[in-house]
Amino acid sequence: MTPSLLRRLDRSARGAIPLVVTLLLVLLAALPIPLPAFAPVTPALTVICVYYWSIHRPDLLPLVATFLVGLVQDALQGTPLGMSSVVLLGVQGVVVSQRRFFLGKTFLVEWWTFMLVAPGAAILTWVLASLYFTTPLSPRPLGVQLLLTIALYPIANWAFARLRQSLLHGA
Amino acid sequence: MVTRDGSSVRRLALPLKGWFQRFAFALLLAAAFGLMVLGRADNGFVARLRITIADAVMPVLDALSRPIATTDALVERGRALVALYAENERLRDENARLHRWQAVALELERQNVGLRDLLNVVDGPRPTFVTARVIADSGGAFVRTVMINAGARDGVREGQAVVNGDGLVGRVVEVGKRSARVLLLIDLNARVPVLVQSTRVPAILAGDNSERPRLALLPADSQVAPGQRIVTSGQGGMLPPGLPVGIVVAVDESGATVRAFVDWYRLEYVRILDYALPGILPTTRIAGRVGPLR
Repeated sequence: MTPSLLRRLDRSARGAIPLVVTLLLVLLAALPIPLPAFAPVTPALTVICVYYWSIHRPDLLPLVATFLVGLVQDALQGTPLGMSSVVLLGVQGVVVSQRRFFLGKTFLVEWWTFMLVAPGAAILTWVLASLYFTTPLSPRPLGVQLLLTIALYPIANWAFARLRQSLLHGA
Repeated sequence: MVTRDGSSVRRLALPLKGWFQRFAFALLLAAAFGLMVLGRADNGFVARLRITIADAVMPVLDALSRPIATTDALVERGRALVALYAENERLRDENARLHRWQAVALELERQNVGLRDLLNVVDGPRPTFVTARVIADSGGAFVRTVMINAGARDGVREGQAVVNGDGLVGRVVEVGKRSARVLLLIDLNARVPVLVQSTRVPAILAGDNSERPRLALLPADSQVAPGQRIVTSGQGGMLPPGLPVGIVVAVDESGATVRAFVDWYRLEYVRILDYALPGILPTTRIAGRVGPLR
């Protein structure tokens, strides 16, 4: 193998990291954690992932990947197939279209904006699920889920930033 | 990953790329919506697609969920060690009480066998079962289902009742080759034909995604009181009669709420009962089944 081929392989492997991490978090969120009352309020990890990578490396999380992540999430959680894809694509669409806004902004701004995007995603999920089941569902677990998701964002952001610095430098 | 060869090419390519992106976005969004609509229309394709994806990911989930189960077992053991003395006292008490009950039960069983002989009672089929481990729960607010690591190859079929040591858990709604999805009886779409054990009043237990399902369709003049035990009635032929379900905790004008015996956040191993009465009706047509409302 020529060094250039090796380098290309290496680069594409590194380029797949955002997708692999996101899929891993889908699995993680589906695991049965034996905590009382945790399952209905498991934080929306995929929303965090799609938000973060759409701001920082949209080239590494193509729309098709987001679509597939949503499908896998729905298949594992038993939610209507396609629902998470709609929500995640919505998040990605909003963030990518406003990408100029995020350029050079501090972490705090990013987190503040997430506090707008995450409730939007939660409300969209609620509307879609209520339409699908043709009954207004109780929005109560959603509030707790939302708080957990927002609280988790700084940690996820820190972890993803480390990942980006150490592994995605050349990719 | 854009090759940096000449800015003129990029100047041309960028708007094109943007246009293509927007097109792809619309296309994927439409595809996702389309899947939802198809799934809502109860299309077999969507159900198959869903269980195929779940089946493919199942080995990974199976492996990942093992350490969690082990950790939980260790924590539980530590907790048990701390409470050893009190637990021992409690069990001694309970054992004495159960001994008395056992004597009564043996006597009643003998009597029951004799009476059944006298009356030529026809017994229902004895359920056989498959034991499986819970490998995923629905980490969402709108559905209450779990995935188990047994599927069609292990003999799991759609519609079968799922129980654990505490009582009824739910019903199998989707079956893949090596995994299956169980609709918990607290799910919004779950309906279980039940009985109040002491008074034999029939009712339907309807889930609403909360931990407290409701007793619905009680006969108008029926008396239900907190503390009464709820068991499956066996109506519809999908569930064996007499499986413990829960205890009535509150009663109001429109019905009663029930606390299930099963701890929904500690589901680990479950048994899938094979109890279909052979050759009566196709499983999906049986009235009063636990399953999605159409």
